[in-house]
Amino acid sequence: MANDYEGPMIRVSDLVTHYGDRRILNHVNLDFPAGETMVILGGSGTGKSTLLRHIMRLEMPTSGKIFIKGQDICPMSEDRFNQVRRKIGMLFQSAALFNSMTIEENVALPLRELTQLEDSTIRIMTRIKLDLVGLNGFENYMPSQLSGGMKKRAGLARALAMDPEILLFDEPSAGLDPITAAGIDSLILKLKLAFRMTIVVVTHEMASAFMIADRITVMDRGEVIATGTPEEIRNSQQPRVLQFLNRIPEGDQVDAQEYLRSLTED
Amino acid sequence: MTAVLAFLGRNTLGFFRYLGGIYDLSAKAAYWAFVAPFKGRYVKWGNAIHQMVAAGVDSIPIVSLISLFIGIVLGLQGAYQLAKFGATYFVTALVGVSMTRELGPLITAIVIAGRSGSAFAAELGTMKVSEEIDALEAMGLDSVRYLVVPKYLAMLVMMPCLTLISDLAGILGGALFEMAQLDKTFAMCLSATQDALVMRDITTGLIKSLVFGLIITKIGCYEGFSVRGGAEGVGKATTSSVVISIFLIILADVIFTAIFYFTN
Repeated sequence: MANDYEGPMIRVSDLVTHYGDRRILNHVNLDFPAGETMVILGGSGTGKSTLLRHIMRLEMPTSGKIFIKGQDICPMSEDRFNQVRRKIGMLFQSAALFNSMTIEENVALPLRELTQLEDSTIRIMTRIKLDLVGLNGFENYMPSQLSGGMKKRAGLARALAMDPEILLFDEPSAGLDPITAAGIDSLILKLKLAFRMTIVVVTHEMASAFMIADRITVMDRGEVIATGTPEEIRNSQQPRVLQFLNRIPEGDQVDAQEYLRSLTED
Repeated sequence: MTAVLAFLGRNTLGFFRYLGGIYDLSAKAAYWAFVAPFKGRYVKWGNAIHQMVAAGVDSIPIVSLISLFIGIVLGLQGAYQLAKFGATYFVTALVGVSMTRELGPLITAIVIAGRSGSAFAAELGTMKVSEEIDALEAMGLDSVRYLVVPKYLAMLVMMPCLTLISDLAGILGGALFEMAQLDKTFAMCLSATQDALVMRDITTGLIKSLVFGLIITKIGCYEGFSVRGGAEGVGKATTSSVVISIFLIILADVIFTAIFYFTN
């Protein structure tokens, strides 16, 4: 990867994707500027996690392109994309720790498998990452012995193991109590200030979105409906954005005719 | 009529998709096991040895016990028929040949399909559901290389070993019955077995056991990887891995037995 690359860190261009016959993403165009924190906001089932999985190439789009540092990742060979992947860390919704390994082994795994570092060096680096997320002293615990918030922190330490340039978060506060969730948010803020990483956070928590974001993108039904700074989103007059921000439930005004038709249709 | 055709078509398509999926997985596993090591990307022997212990060594007691019982049963049934001709001398040969050619590999495969094939499906299925497989891929680590290849190698090494143990236990079971009922000594049973068996009996059994091992690993891993939805999906995959592997094991047994019979 060229280091003098100037454009957006990630560019999603005209992305369309289907699960079976159902269209999940509908012509998504989005730029993720380098060094900024982008929060993708949207309700459940709007395709925001799917977008994240595409950036990691865990799924392939029906059509469209995804550029990371200017390189289209979809046609890349597995080997070449693995080189790109090393610079991307991802925290999964369920933290996705390997349950058969201790926390330390989990964090050390990418270093052990992808680098030629000495065991003692790996040990030190692992400790540093665990320290960074506040899990000092939990090296020898198994994932099942940790609470939800701690698992997320451990997952984050593992995502940070290879010193990524891009960090992806899939619903970092899902399943956590508000205090623990706020703890994860402040950890993201801390990382953002300490390292100049490009961070992408997928969430439906508005409070956390406005706290950590440099830019916010609102998605609805597989489409990007607004993107801009937190100020711009807060002042947006778009009805669907307003609906989301003001937490108005879906389908308040049902058209009686429409409803009857939907019941009698085959 | 169209409904029937659509049903047939959908199922045929599904069947070929299944075959295609298994082929893909096997091709990838073969690549990581036999081609990649020459490119300096070695097999994870640590994992493989761990699997050998779990799937192989830990199965020795149950495989030996079941084979011992099968040996006794073969002896009993054989003596019941052969006594009519006054030919109980041949009970030993009957037990030895049927264990090595047929029942040793088959019993072992069925026990291992239930024990390890289901474990493979459950392990990979759980990892899939909890996003662990995605996490591996996201790190740029190939899930087939890390999770499937060690299982293949473990099975390819352990199935023949377990089959030999099963052969021995079965022959021992037959001998126990003969010593108790037919007034033979252990030495007589041994020499009668040696007379009856030829090398080909044992090698054909071992070839079968390799094929069965491949089937168990393929189906177990494929079912595990194709889990959708939570715990229920894992349960379904575990069940179907056992059912499908036992079916394919018996199918393969028919084919290989026929081949060995006609090329004799």
